[in-house]
Amino acid sequence: MYDVLIVGAGVIGCSIARELSRYQLSVAVVDKENDVAMGTSKANSGIVHAGFDAKTGTNKAIYNVLGARMFPKLAEELDFPYRRNGALVLCFDENSKGELIELLEQGKRNGVSGLSILDGDAVRKLEPNVSDKVVAALYAETSAIASPYEMTVALAENAATNGVEFILGSQVKSILNSKNGFEVRLSDNRSLWTKIVINCAGVYADEIYNIMKVSRPINIVARKGEYVLLDKKCGGLTDKTLFQQPTKMGKGVLVAPTTHGNVIVGPTAEDIPDKSDVDTTVEGLNAAFGTALLSVPSLSRRDIITQFAGLRAHSTEGDFVIGESEIQNFFNVAGIESPGLSAAPAIAVDVAEEVAMRLNAKKKTNFVARRKGIPCFARMSDSERKQLIDKNPLYGKIVCRCENVTEGEIVDSIRRPLGATDLDGVKRRTRAGMGRCQMGFCTPRIMEILSRELGKDMTEITKNGKGSHVVVGRTE
Amino acid sequence: MKHCDLVIVGGGPAGLAAATAAYDAGIRKLVILEREETLGGILNQCIHNGFGLHTFKEELTGPEYAARFEQLVYQRGIDYKLGSTVINVSHDKTVTYVSEKEGLQKISAKAIILTCGCRERPRGGINIAGARAAGIFSAGTAQKLVNIQGLMPGKEVVILGSGDIGLIMARRMTFEGAKVKAVVELMPYSSGLNRNIVQCLNDYDIPLKFSHTVVDIKSTNGRVSSVVIAQVNDKLQPMMETAEEITCDTLLLSVGLIPENELAGYAGVQISPITNGAVVDDQMMTSVEGIFECGNVLHVHDLVDYVSEESSHAGKCAAKYVLEGVKTKEFVPTVGTNGVRYVVPQKIRKDGNYEQISLRMRVANAFKKVEIAVLLDGEKIVSRRKQIVTPGEMETIVLKPELVEKVKKGSKLEVTLNVGGDK
Repeated sequence: MYDVLIVGAGVIGCSIARELSRYQLSVAVVDKENDVAMGTSKANSGIVHAGFDAKTGTNKAIYNVLGARMFPKLAEELDFPYRRNGALVLCFDENSKGELIELLEQGKRNGVSGLSILDGDAVRKLEPNVSDKVVAALYAETSAIASPYEMTVALAENAATNGVEFILGSQVKSILNSKNGFEVRLSDNRSLWTKIVINCAGVYADEIYNIMKVSRPINIVARKGEYVLLDKKCGGLTDKTLFQQPTKMGKGVLVAPTTHGNVIVGPTAEDIPDKSDVDTTVEGLNAAFGTALLSVPSLSRRDIITQFAGLRAHSTEGDFVIGESEIQNFFNVAGIESPGLSAAPAIAVDVAEEVAMRLNAKKKTNFVARRKGIPCFARMSDSERKQLIDKNPLYGKIVCRCENVTEGEIVDSIRRPLGATDLDGVKRRTRAGMGRCQMGFCTPRIMEILSRELGKDMTEITKNGKGSHVVVGRTE
Repeated sequence: MKHCDLVIVGGGPAGLAAATAAYDAGIRKLVILEREETLGGILNQCIHNGFGLHTFKEELTGPEYAARFEQLVYQRGIDYKLGSTVINVSHDKTVTYVSEKEGLQKISAKAIILTCGCRERPRGGINIAGARAAGIFSAGTAQKLVNIQGLMPGKEVVILGSGDIGLIMARRMTFEGAKVKAVVELMPYSSGLNRNIVQCLNDYDIPLKFSHTVVDIKSTNGRVSSVVIAQVNDKLQPMMETAEEITCDTLLLSVGLIPENELAGYAGVQISPITNGAVVDDQMMTSVEGIFECGNVLHVHDLVDYVSEESSHAGKCAAKYVLEGVKTKEFVPTVGTNGVRYVVPQKIRKDGNYEQISLRMRVANAFKKVEIAVLLDGEKIVSRRKQIVTPGEMETIVLKPELVEKVKKGSKLEVTLNVGGDK
């Protein structure tokens, strides 16, 4: 019997798991995928929003502002990429300046500091590549960028270090409520017993909750967002995150640097019926890129290195659904669309406190708050590199030549707690394969390392878990 | 910091030829830095034959061709380091590399020849929509898996792009028991060598669909399950009414090669937006004095023989630079016009002292019955007639010594196409 079972190993589930790991509780996280951060958390804009967007008083507004303030310390403790780069909300129309001021006022009401309105020339002084058609912008100094999947991995690793059990590759099939607690049946026919369930299942949160036969079901719509990623050589195009004035469908298309120095463009917003559909489309690419050109006319399609799509979990109620449901001891943390990444740390603290109180849990004395990330060769000085290779010669073997990722880093990504088990897992943890050749050269090498470290045959190596085998067999 | 006369970055065909030539021209303190565990570069995975017809007058496999040049390096006792990846080349010609054995090392060089080769254009570079599933490979990656690691990328294959590696892989996959369902080419002509179309596709009844592209990739269970192809109009836009779904588990991409010029960029070398390689003069020297480029890092070649030839020349010139220094500051620029997409070298020294110059070029489109003419300040000095020219086949015009003398006195060299027949 667990004290708490968290369904979903995205940024929300892993944030809550890490917060709960401060307490003397037995906690498990279950996810149908074979790695953490496999849904929305691996395919989003990676923006830590300042907090002016959401309507004052909503969960979105409250948790965004609180969460964003927690990031600097969290990123430092858990060693994941984060940078406060500031954001500009670009206004293209003199007649819309009023709405820009409203946005600023809303931000102030939400408790956001460092907001100001700039005229077009001031905007271009900050960001010379911004379009001449921009007449004004809301400048948000506290807006930041983070690497969402590396953050999720960091949270999960730290939770695991502090005793949280991760059950990956198992789908929740049913949840039965009884006096003794919840019986959660998994796709591998295992049954888990838990006192408390926390539903963080992203776009599937409604399915998880609604199997409980509730009187007020929740409804989550998958809203697809398509992105394009540009080569690092475009990294100088913008330092600030460039939003366009928001519309009903979302925040519009942004152009932003990533924490690794690429430029990200997107997302589109399209409600889709199939919650597993993360295919990219020609229309999506054209829409994302075309709209982004309004902000930065010098963007070039030639510099696109990859495209991807992610799904936002949009609750038809319009706000985050957070807290205990009508079923006692069943908590929902659902509908966590943007600004979900920004809000995650604050949501986690609140939910963990409530759950701990319910279970009368005391804090551990041996909680380990810090987690050290994989040493990043590409970002080191030559003297740091020298020292590292002297200690471990595998750091002298470059495997991914585009991103300068060494065999040392790849081995580390596989061996650490909740280590990578497939190509994409290695990629998210080390960036091997994220560069301009997109895994052309390093695929065979990383397969060899995975095969050696995991004791698996080369033909068993997958791209991202079940079914996605890289090769189909051996030659004759 | 170590010191060296010449550092060669890359031990593929270009690096081996450059090193040998530099040695023969009198350089003794030189080293080849190779990131892989063997010399020979990409030739190691090119186990088909057809290499060396020009150089050795016989048909060799890739590894055999490489071995001949490796022998020349071994015989001369030229120093080379394997498993050594260069991570930086600075403007002042300091080369930084790392290896498992030596850790991080810096070498200060009098001259550097960059022979880093090229990489394949990935899916993202051509924006194919659809699933991001397992089973999508660049043709060269698939070639390595099959030929070096003995692994089968898939059983039912569609190949996008009729570049040479794609054509070679169509045959290779067929040999290994896979069914190659189609080779799909966006353009109305192939970007590969004609002999490869005949030997790799026609001989095995593999359909080649010109003016078609892949418009969607579908997946089941994380692996490619089909691709949708469609014909394109004359603006290269897909016509969706012609869409056709082909069941397959693998899509190979052979959609272009891009010179790997990141190191050149760090050193501040001027890069041509057309070739994606350095802008060089007739000694293969880049805009940074003492840094040279040759082979596929300079511009993508279709025959390794030309890589060797160009690189021998670069090696010789780099040696001369080390021994004698540089004198020239004045150049005659070369330009391609009227269908000639680029010319390498992009400039010729006015007071150089040399025998002949090979002008290498590619055309922008397929033309029949053309004259390739070299004009010096508008006046034709040499020309060649060709039945057909295509972007897939590099053309070379050699300027003989007496013409070179003439060129040195001019101010602009133009290579142009006079189209006599049909496009």
